[in-house]
Amino acid sequence: MSDSHPTIDFDKFKPTRSYIAARKRKDWTMRVFIIAAFVIALIPLVSVLWTTISSGVARLNLNFLSYNMSGVVGGNATPSGGYGGIVHAIIGTLLVTLGSMIISIPLGLMCAVYLVEYSHNGGLARAIGLLVDVMSGIPSIVAGLFAYALFNTLVGPGTVNGFVGSVALSLLMIPTVVKTSEEMLKIVPNDLREAAYALGVTKQRTITKIVLRTALPGIVSGVILAIARVIGETAPLLIAAGFISTTNLNLFSGRMTTLPVYVYQEYSQGLATCSATALQATPPCLPQIRMERAWAAALVLIIIVLLLNLIGRLVAKLFAVKTEN
Amino acid sequence: MSSQTTVTQNTTSGKSGDKVFKGLAYGAGIMILVALAAVTLFLLVRAMPLLTGSQKANEDTIVSFTGGQAHNFLQYVGPLVFGTILISALALLLAFPISVGIALFISHYAPRKLSTALSYVVDLLAAIPSVIYGLWGGIVLVPHITGFWKWVAQYLGWIPLFKGPAADPSRTVGTVSVVLAVMILPIITSVARDIFLQAPRLQQEAALAMGATKWEMIKLAVLPFGRSGLISASMLGLGRALGETMAVLMILSPGMSYSVKLLQASQNQSIAANIAAQFPEANDLGVSTLIATGLVLFLITFLVNFIARKITEKARA
Repeated sequence: MSDSHPTIDFDKFKPTRSYIAARKRKDWTMRVFIIAAFVIALIPLVSVLWTTISSGVARLNLNFLSYNMSGVVGGNATPSGGYGGIVHAIIGTLLVTLGSMIISIPLGLMCAVYLVEYSHNGGLARAIGLLVDVMSGIPSIVAGLFAYALFNTLVGPGTVNGFVGSVALSLLMIPTVVKTSEEMLKIVPNDLREAAYALGVTKQRTITKIVLRTALPGIVSGVILAIARVIGETAPLLIAAGFISTTNLNLFSGRMTTLPVYVYQEYSQGLATCSATALQATPPCLPQIRMERAWAAALVLIIIVLLLNLIGRLVAKLFAVKTEN
Repeated sequence: MSSQTTVTQNTTSGKSGDKVFKGLAYGAGIMILVALAAVTLFLLVRAMPLLTGSQKANEDTIVSFTGGQAHNFLQYVGPLVFGTILISALALLLAFPISVGIALFISHYAPRKLSTALSYVVDLLAAIPSVIYGLWGGIVLVPHITGFWKWVAQYLGWIPLFKGPAADPSRTVGTVSVVLAVMILPIITSVARDIFLQAPRLQQEAALAMGATKWEMIKLAVLPFGRSGLISASMLGLGRALGETMAVLMILSPGMSYSVKLLQASQNQSIAANIAAQFPEANDLGVSTLIATGLVLFLITFLVNFIARKITEKARA
């Protein structure tokens, strides 16, 4: 070891062929796994969409969309020639969702305005930020229980109507509205605000006329996506809005069926009993009718949700305000 | 908002409008605090009879809920908490590797143009309402997966988890977790994808320049960067799975035990599904009991989300 120039055997540092092959194999394995993961995820998506469309289309007709479930007995046909319908559930869904929009959009939007324009990141703002996060984690059924408990304590025992459902849904909708609006308000360039202040415009007018107007497409898109999220909620409405087979147009009184609850109710009742004579009658008694109705209502629900998603994305894309970055 | 503007336009100066608007914004912010306080308060008030009311009546309610298996609230809520956590943890276990795979596929493997389209597909998965997953799980998945579970029970039955005989129809914890995994997949994927896209480019290119294979590059430069993000993403997914009602309600054949036999029916039940199942027939005291279990669920999801938030905050700092 006295030699000042050690001879280095560089071949020793060369990776062996099998080592290189092992690395390549690992690379390929992971590539295959990652692509397989994607394919695996596609299976349920395709299966859900396909079965909903193929099973739902059978019962989805004008009669189904224009009648409610009153006078429907077992699997027997109604005098109108159909097997009951979902008009009451569609109306219920629209009214309950409208109710929750009226509560949560102004509240969520103003809360976002407060967080971005007024709070200066103070303690209250941080507390609200934390609580909005907590709120977005509330399980939907707990929201339903809350709305039920609130109205039972304040209004009276056994209060179950569409508006209770709206309150439950708005609890789920507010965090989404706050978060998306906050993001959208934050990306409005500060130059616009400062230019407005420099012209002597009051803060309120700056916000309503300039900041909100600039952020509007993003906010609208966020709100539509929030609606799409709550319109499919079932569990809270099962508790808060109940179930009824007739059409109820009054949001503030009486039980109200919504589409998701209708799907669940039809599914949970299982097969209908049909006597031998009823099976032969025209139109016949259908033992499978409840599943068919559930699939058809599910198809209507999926169409509504996907349309809302599409509109939300299009609004964001088409009307986006060009900012400098 | 627009009515607000028209009112203030008529006044000579916007001062008063300014004040009103500021007040509204403050009010809305404070309303959030009030709303959450109200949620806790009203749930507590309605759950109160469980503590203050007659213990005999409480016991009767719980006995009637469980068919005599439980006699007090702790005995009642214990198996439910266990079932909830078991189902959600399994769903997370199934969804996590697949979500990370999809996220990597979108961020590093797929061509740019394709990856935006793929993100939409994942979002589509998130948009489908839970009741439709329940319907699909109950009618389509259960008959199709029964054969697979039977195979698992036959060959892996020596593992206590997969102890046979596999139930037919398989309205079991195993099937439910598969459906829940599909439901939480998009949440974990979208968070993971955003984080992988933020991984420092220079380090990735450096790794490739040193001769690393693509997977080695991901392992060296992408995954370590995304670790805390992945943890918080899976916590968010877990939070969603814990509160999921409809899929569990529509697929699982419920039971009230501390069993981990995934392939047998009538073993476990989740809190959320139990509330939805018992609520329609519950009397006043029954509702109080169910609301108390709801509070327990709220507490669990709160903890999970809180931990997720703490981890993301730490990662940002």
